Amino acid sequence: MTNPNNATITTVHTAEFTAGDALKIPTLRILRDDGSLYEGAVAPELDKATAIKMYDTMVFTRVLDERMLAAQRQGRISFYMQCLGEEATTVGSAAALAEQDMIMAQYREQGALRYRGFTLEQFMNQLFSNEKDLGKGRQMPVHYGSKDIYYMTISSPLGTQIPQASGYAYAQKLRGLPNTTICYFGEGAASEGDFHAGLNMAAVHKAPVIFFCRNNGYAISTPASEQFVGDGIACRAVGYGMKALRVDGADILAVYQATKMARDHALKHNEPVLIESIAYRLGAHSSSDDPSGYRSKEEEEKWRQNDPIARFRLWLVEKGWLNEADDKATIEALRTEILDALKVAEKVAKPGIEHLISDVYAEPIPALQQQLDELKAHIRNYPEAYPVTAGRLD
Amino acid sequence: MAKMNMLQAINNALDLAMAKDDSVVCFGEDVGHFGGVFRATSKLQEKYGKARCFNTPLTEQGIAGFANGMAAQGMKPVAEIQFADYIFPAFDQIVNETAKFRYRSGNEFNVGGIVFRSPYGGGIAGGHYHSQSPEAYFAHTPGLKVVIPRDPYQAKGLLLASIACPDPVIFFEPKKLYRASTGEVPEEYYEIELGKAEVTQQGKDITVLAWGAQMEIVQKAVEMAEKDGISCEVIDLRSILPWDADTVAASVKKTGRLVINHEAPLTGGFAGEIAATIQKMCFLHLESPIERVCGMDTPYPLALEKEYVADHLKTYEAIKRSVNF
Repeated sequence: MTNPNNATITTVHTAEFTAGDALKIPTLRILRDDGSLYEGAVAPELDKATAIKMYDTMVFTRVLDERMLAAQRQGRISFYMQCLGEEATTVGSAAALAEQDMIMAQYREQGALRYRGFTLEQFMNQLFSNEKDLGKGRQMPVHYGSKDIYYMTISSPLGTQIPQASGYAYAQKLRGLPNTTICYFGEGAASEGDFHAGLNMAAVHKAPVIFFCRNNGYAISTPASEQFVGDGIACRAVGYGMKALRVDGADILAVYQATKMARDHALKHNEPVLIESIAYRLGAHSSSDDPSGYRSKEEEEKWRQNDPIARFRLWLVEKGWLNEADDKATIEALRTEILDALKVAEKVAKPGIEHLISDVYAEPIPALQQQLDELKAHIRNYPEAYPVTAGRLD
Repeated sequence: MAKMNMLQAINNALDLAMAKDDSVVCFGEDVGHFGGVFRATSKLQEKYGKARCFNTPLTEQGIAGFANGMAAQGMKPVAEIQFADYIFPAFDQIVNETAKFRYRSGNEFNVGGIVFRSPYGGGIAGGHYHSQSPEAYFAHTPGLKVVIPRDPYQAKGLLLASIACPDPVIFFEPKKLYRASTGEVPEEYYEIELGKAEVTQQGKDITVLAWGAQMEIVQKAVEMAEKDGISCEVIDLRSILPWDADTVAASVKKTGRLVINHEAPLTGGFAGEIAATIQKMCFLHLESPIERVCGMDTPYPLALEKEYVADHLKTYEAIKRSVNF
């Protein structure tokens, strides 16, 4: 484009609208519900070890979600968020990345986190806000993060990670790293101003970032139909001059292939790519939410049949990489393992009182040290009111 | 030493920082080839390339978010917000993200490399969208540092210290002084320690405290008061967060009186915080109530700017009120 407006001028002489729904984005599907491939579809190259790791990761998060939601109901943890129904979305995409590609997630991407190697103990320590939590017990459950495995700590405000991912990926490019950044967010978060800011910044500055929209149909209770009017989220990428892909989010092979392709393109051309994954948030938004107030059991049941794990299992069994009997034993063993880890983590002490002021700055400023000293003196006066710290102030 | 105005000193600081450390990157609206609307980043793109000094789209939240991401990766973004009045679209990224990045991750990640530079303050016939002094909003946010220089020498040393600092810094530049304030500035690299106030003039009857562009204003008031035989101690706070209560308290213990001047509106302004702390630290030394000379609790005016501002005459009157209490 050579004009100052950076816009292609195709002249017409009669006023004519371009329709708001002129752009249709196709949806990639590879794996059928019965575990067979669609006609003409080719499965991505996947070795057995990777495929099994993907499957195990999905099973892990499903069992973890079931167990931890129950723990929340028992009052053992304060809050929880499941990824039920979206396992293939996050695991399939994470599996397509290199280990040092940065993951900047929203909050429902425990599949990606587990795939990277976050241990069961690390999950538990975060969920119980104990002194072994990498985040030092500062954030509500499910706000995981780990520098070692390139998983950016979760932030509650929605969409803030989007322009940050653009900046992170730009820095990767400046440093000449062979890595990309993947940025997960929901179709609801795509209404935030940060979505626009982040996509435009990445496109203009040619940052190798994969924007991964989990369109799961709901933002808490608000259906996607009340969130936007355009054709999903993928079409917006085109407005930013960015390549877009849409995939069936319950089809792990499609998600994997799309993400591989996006990653290759992002790195080869230093360009952002947007992937929209179409799935369904089968669980509640969080442990504080009750979907019966805004959607029907029939609707949920219909989507329950669209189980991403079951679909992948059928494919693995068909390939002879998995047998159903092993699978049942694995799930049972996992349940026990998770319960044992839970029992350990809930007994670990809370972080010490010094962590009230650590990490606010690289070193505590004088006013903070003074406030901590005053607090300790106060706690010494009323030790019974502050049982978590009173016995270990020094 | 070379004679520089404040813009030249800031430009020189950015130049030295970029030469010293490849991870320093400057960006913002019109910051690239044009060198910024005030020319603070002049010639930097020519010298360090488009990858390290560039224009951004017109999106303050995008600039701040982008800076957060770059800094999280380990770089040192120096991002310009063209006017402090336009920093508010970035408020969420700065207050909820920048300020809490290290804390919320348990120090797994941090964005300590960031400096947000932004021209602030009145005196340029800018009305309410080109004159605001928003330092108090940010001073209310643990995790940030807030710095305001008064002259070219201070601007260079404080900016270099802000870039080197392992915490995110908001660096408000008094745009009224960009070209008006000139002085001798060392050409080499130097830093001025953050979090430390400076006693710019010794005195014994009253302490007069300000920062940024108001330092010139209070200096004029002090000269008037001295003709009346009032000996003034003058302090430039320099860092609003963290602020140097010890230096201020030591002065007030000596003089027994304090006048605080700032451009921002009175209510909720940072003078209130200083007054509360100093009355506690110096209660038995105070000879009179702490005086605040501030902007009025209105949007910043245009036609009536002269009437509105915390000028030298209002400061002079406050000094006399305090001494004659």
